[in-house]
Amino acid sequence: MQPAPTLDSGSLHGSSQAGVADAPGLTLAPATQATPQIAAPGAKPLESMPSLAQRIVGGLRAALPGLLMTTLSLGLFIALWYFATKYRWDFYIRFNNIPSPGEVLGNAANLIHSEKFYNNMWVSVRRILLGFGIATGLGVAFGLLIGQYRVARGLLLPVFEVLRPIPAIAWVPMAIMLWPTNETSIVFITFLGSFFPILLNTIHGVNSVDPVLVRAGRCLGANELGLLRQVILPAALPHIFTGLTVGMGVAWVSLIAAEMISGQYGIGYFTWEAYSLIQYADIAIGMIVIGVLGLACSGGIRFLGNLLMPWLTTHANRGRT
Amino acid sequence: MNPYVKKDSTTGHIQVENLRVFFGRNSSAVEAVSDVSMQVKPGEFVSIIGPSGCGKSTLLNVVAGFVQPSTGTVTVDGKPTDKPGADRGMVFQQYSLFPWLTVRKNVEFGLKQQGMDNSHRAQAARTLLGLAGLLAFENHYPEQLSGGMKQRVGIVRALATSPQVLLMDEPFGALDAQTRVVMQQILTNMWQRFRISVLFITHDIDESIFLSDRVYVMTARPGKIKAEIPIPLPRPRTPEMASTPEYLAIKTKLRNLISEESLKAMGGELKDSGLAGFDIEVGPQGVAELI
Repeated sequence: MQPAPTLDSGSLHGSSQAGVADAPGLTLAPATQATPQIAAPGAKPLESMPSLAQRIVGGLRAALPGLLMTTLSLGLFIALWYFATKYRWDFYIRFNNIPSPGEVLGNAANLIHSEKFYNNMWVSVRRILLGFGIATGLGVAFGLLIGQYRVARGLLLPVFEVLRPIPAIAWVPMAIMLWPTNETSIVFITFLGSFFPILLNTIHGVNSVDPVLVRAGRCLGANELGLLRQVILPAALPHIFTGLTVGMGVAWVSLIAAEMISGQYGIGYFTWEAYSLIQYADIAIGMIVIGVLGLACSGGIRFLGNLLMPWLTTHANRGRT
Repeated sequence: MNPYVKKDSTTGHIQVENLRVFFGRNSSAVEAVSDVSMQVKPGEFVSIIGPSGCGKSTLLNVVAGFVQPSTGTVTVDGKPTDKPGADRGMVFQQYSLFPWLTVRKNVEFGLKQQGMDNSHRAQAARTLLGLAGLLAFENHYPEQLSGGMKQRVGIVRALATSPQVLLMDEPFGALDAQTRVVMQQILTNMWQRFRISVLFITHDIDESIFLSDRVYVMTARPGKIKAEIPIPLPRPRTPEMASTPEYLAIKTKLRNLISEESLKAMGGELKDSGLAGFDIEVGPQGVAELI
C-alpha cells in the first residue's frame, strides 16, 4: 500500500509500469461487444446472409399483394377516364372536350419523334436545375449563417420573413422588369419558389443540432469555419434534405406557372400552348410529363440524400434485423 | 515508436484559485461555485464528488473553457482557460460522437483540425483504436456501437490530440453497472499509459475511490470544497479491494461527507419549491442510497 496520497514522479513511474504490465486488461473489453453481426471488420453487416436470388424471390413475394393493388388502382382510374370520355359524361364536371386515353396515347406516339417536344422538356429541366441549384447554394449558406450567428439572424431574417409570404408567382411582373431576359426571369421565379423552404429547413436544422456535438467540436480544436463545415452542416443535413424535397416540389409549381404566363419553350408552355391551339390530347401529355419529371427530380434528391448520409441508412438497416 | 506513450509527466497542471461563478445578472444572480481552490498535479487522477446541482460540472466547464470565471483564476500549465482547446480533452456524459462519421473519422477529427494529412491521421487513429481494443470497429458508425463502446471511442477521440489534461463529466453515468466496472478498468489503463492528468466528475463513491489518487468533496449549492480525501490504495486496483478495511474506511468517510450535503441539497430544494414546512425524516444511510 502506498502511503503517499500525492504523486511524486517516482510513484507515478511505478504505477505506470504496472499499467503497462496490466495492459491485457484491455481484452476485458469485448465483453461489451456482444452482437456478432458487427464483429467482422469493415464488412457491411447483413449483406452476405441469404443469396441474391433468394432475396429477389422473397422480395417479389412480399411485394406481390402491393403490386396487385397498385395495378388495380391505376387500372380503375384509366377505366374511369376511358368511360367518362367515351360517353361524354356531363354532370357539372364536363368530359365533352376531354381527350380519351386512346387519343393521348396516339398523340404521344407522334410526339416521341418530335424534336421540339424534347427541346421543351430539356428547357424546363435546365430551368429547374439552375433555379433549384442556386436556391440550394444560397438557401443552405444563408440558413447556416442565420442559424448559427445572432448578427446574421438579426440582419437577414427580417428581410426574408417579409418576402417569404409572397408566392413566387406574384413575382412574375416584377421579375420581367427586373431581369434582362425572359429566360432569367423564369429561372428567378423557380429559384424563389425553392429558396424559402430550403432556407427555413436549414435554419431549423442548425437550431436543432445537439449542443454537445458543438461543444465536442470546440474541445477538439475546431475553429469557426471548421465547426460550421464539419459539425453544423453535417448535423443539419437531414433537415436540409427535407427542405430540398419540399423546395423541389415548389420549384416545379413555380416553373410551370411562370412558363404558362410568360414563357417561350418549356413543358408548361407546351401544355398551355396545346390549350390555345385546341390540341387537347397534348394537354394531358404535358401534365403527365410534368408529373414524371417532378417524380424523377424527387427521386434524384432521395438518391443524393442516401449517398451523402450513409450513416442514416446503416442505422435503418440495423433496425431491421 | 508510438507518440502517445512517450508523454512526460511535467505538463498538465490544473490550478484553480478562489474561483467563483455566478449565473445571471445582478440581483437574480445565482452563485454556482463559491470560492473554490483546488489543483490537479501533472499525471494525477483527481475526482470531484458531490450532490447533484452542486456546481461540479460548472467547475469542469470553467476548466474546459466553456464558462468564464466571475472571479478567481483557472489555469492549465499557467495558461488561463478562457476558451476551449485541444490541449484539454473532454469526455461528456451524453454520447457525443459525431453520428455522421465512422469511428475512425471521429477519432481523426481533432487531428484534422490541426492540419495533419490524411494518411498520418488514419495511422494515428488506428494506433489509438488498437490500444483501446476498438480497431475492428473503425469503419462502423456510432449508432452501430453499444453505449460502453461509444464512450470508449469518446475517450480515444479526446486523447487523440495529445492533450495535457483529460476532463471527464460523469462519463459512465449512462452505463449499466457491469459495463461501468469494465470501463473504469480501461480508463485506468489508458491513464497509466498516457500519464495524463485527469479531472473526473462523478456522483458514484465507489467509482471515485477505484479511479482516483485524490477526491474532492463539494458542498451543496453554492458549491465549495468541503474536504480533500487522498486515496492511498495501491495500484493496479482490483474490484476485490472493495472489501478491504482500508477501502471501507475511505468509503464510509466519503459517504458521511456526502450524505450531509445531499440532505442539505434536498432541504434546499424543498424550501425553493415552497414545501419548507415539511420535515424530512431521512437519516444519512437513507440518503446515501439515493446518491
